[in-house]
Amino acid sequence: MGNSVLLIEDEPNIIEAISFLLERDGWTVRLHTEGVGAVEAVAAANPDVVVLDVMLPGRSGFDILRELRQGAAPADLPVLMLTARGQTKDRELAESYGVSGFMTKPFSNAEMLQTVRDLAEGRPPSGS
Amino acid sequence: MPRTVLTGSRIRDRRLAMGLKQADLAAQAGISASYLNLIEHNRRRIGGKLLVQIAASLQTDATTLSQGADTATLEALEAVAEQGADTHVEADRAEEFVARFPGWAAKLVEQGDRIEGLEQTLRGLNDRLTHDPVLSEKMHDVLGAVAAIRSTSSILVETPNIDADWRARFHANIDTESRRLADTSAAMAAHFDRLTRDDTGFTTPLEAVAAFFELRGFHIDEIEQHGEGAIDGLLDAAAEFKSRSARRMARIVLSLYAEDAKALPLEPFTRSASALGYDPAALAARHGVDMHTVFRRMATLPRHPDRPEIGLVTCDAAGAILLRKPPSGFSLPRFGAACPLWPLFAALRSPGMPMRQLIQSSEGSYFTAFSIASPVGQSSFDAVPVIRAAMLLVAADAPAEEPVLVGSTCRVCPRRNCAARREPSILSQKG
Repeated sequence: MGNSVLLIEDEPNIIEAISFLLERDGWTVRLHTEGVGAVEAVAAANPDVVVLDVMLPGRSGFDILRELRQGAAPADLPVLMLTARGQTKDRELAESYGVSGFMTKPFSNAEMLQTVRDLAEGRPPSGS
Repeated sequence: MPRTVLTGSRIRDRRLAMGLKQADLAAQAGISASYLNLIEHNRRRIGGKLLVQIAASLQTDATTLSQGADTATLEALEAVAEQGADTHVEADRAEEFVARFPGWAAKLVEQGDRIEGLEQTLRGLNDRLTHDPVLSEKMHDVLGAVAAIRSTSSILVETPNIDADWRARFHANIDTESRRLADTSAAMAAHFDRLTRDDTGFTTPLEAVAAFFELRGFHIDEIEQHGEGAIDGLLDAAAEFKSRSARRMARIVLSLYAEDAKALPLEPFTRSASALGYDPAALAARHGVDMHTVFRRMATLPRHPDRPEIGLVTCDAAGAILLRKPPSGFSLPRFGAACPLWPLFAALRSPGMPMRQLIQSSEGSYFTAFSIASPVGQSSFDAVPVIRAAMLLVAADAPAEEPVLVGSTCRVCPRRNCAARREPSILSQKG
């Protein structure tokens, strides 16, 4: 199990909270704050887990996920999507694109951490 | 009864429905009972004067008897019958129903139309809530702020020995996000208010009348120029008055407007209002009218840069708002109970006693509030008097004396430590 996470998120206070939690848990956190260039950021960072927001400036998280699953990243790269849009159709869309875990905002810190750990170890996420 | 039914059968049917004896109807029509019997069994033709006479006795018109019920009503009833397939209706007897009970049939059609309209509204609202981009964006902001607050506050609670710099940053983040949450909530509340007005139309006649006046800035040029004679045209042209009850209520209010305009014609009243410093008591004395008339007339003066903002609120003895003209700088609630600190409600406690009070709205504007409560209608020893109160708001400059601090309604009032608060505010509060 590696220990790097790429966080793709544009809300500064959520970034600060998630980064603090992950770093305290021993993860190295890299950051990308917009939709544009997110796929390239994944390729450059080569993370063990991607935490991806849905609504990002420039490009939606769904589009980014689809491109990652179309070969822009290793097929088994765990991607956890975070979204304020918790409707069933959004979850279904994410699953159809091959998401590994899906959490709706607001989420609990413990669940988010457990889900990242599960995904990094190749287990089905227990927290989402 | 099929639509092809004959005139005689309709006469018989209606006569029986009215509980009228054949002999009595015959006598009223000036024919013998046996001749009427032949007509009713379609063995004699009937038309002309005799049909008109029988129709009058049967309290209907000759066309209904000769041609059957109104086709439009029948078609509308058939459409109503198709709504809600679970209930069996005697569709083949629709014409008989319309002929026997025209009022009930019309009511059923009216309610069918109303149900269809409400269903359309519901579909529209559902569609709006699902696809409204503004709502979607605001909801995203709310959930984003809540997520940040939840995560950050959990970190603070779960990490008692957190570094002081981090603690300070997280406190600042919570403060930022809670402000964002308050602002977004207020914006959502305002958006919902607009949605309700745009999509649902007006649920009560009172709302429809209020919307009519709001749209025209509470000044109706047509009535100022043509008086009572303009009312029919205004009612016909207004989109707000879809229901008969709204139209009826609007007629009453517009007639009162016309009476006020006749008693206090615009030009001389405008001149004296300016000369007397917009003092309603002085104006009532100058023109020899009661205070309520002056209040209403002042509220219908057109907006002008040289004239102070003027608002008006009236309520009944239960405190229910009957009329609201909000002046700029003072939001008056559209729904729900108003601020109990308004001098309007103090006036209710002392009917007949005029009150003048300097107030400051939660938006920070100053107004002189003139209030008075009076009995409505004829007094009687045997009935509880109906009391109504009115509060005229005339914009004032920053005062030397301390004003009474008032709000709109608790939900959107930011005042903190208010002894009169009934429920929490959705806005960030101020002292």
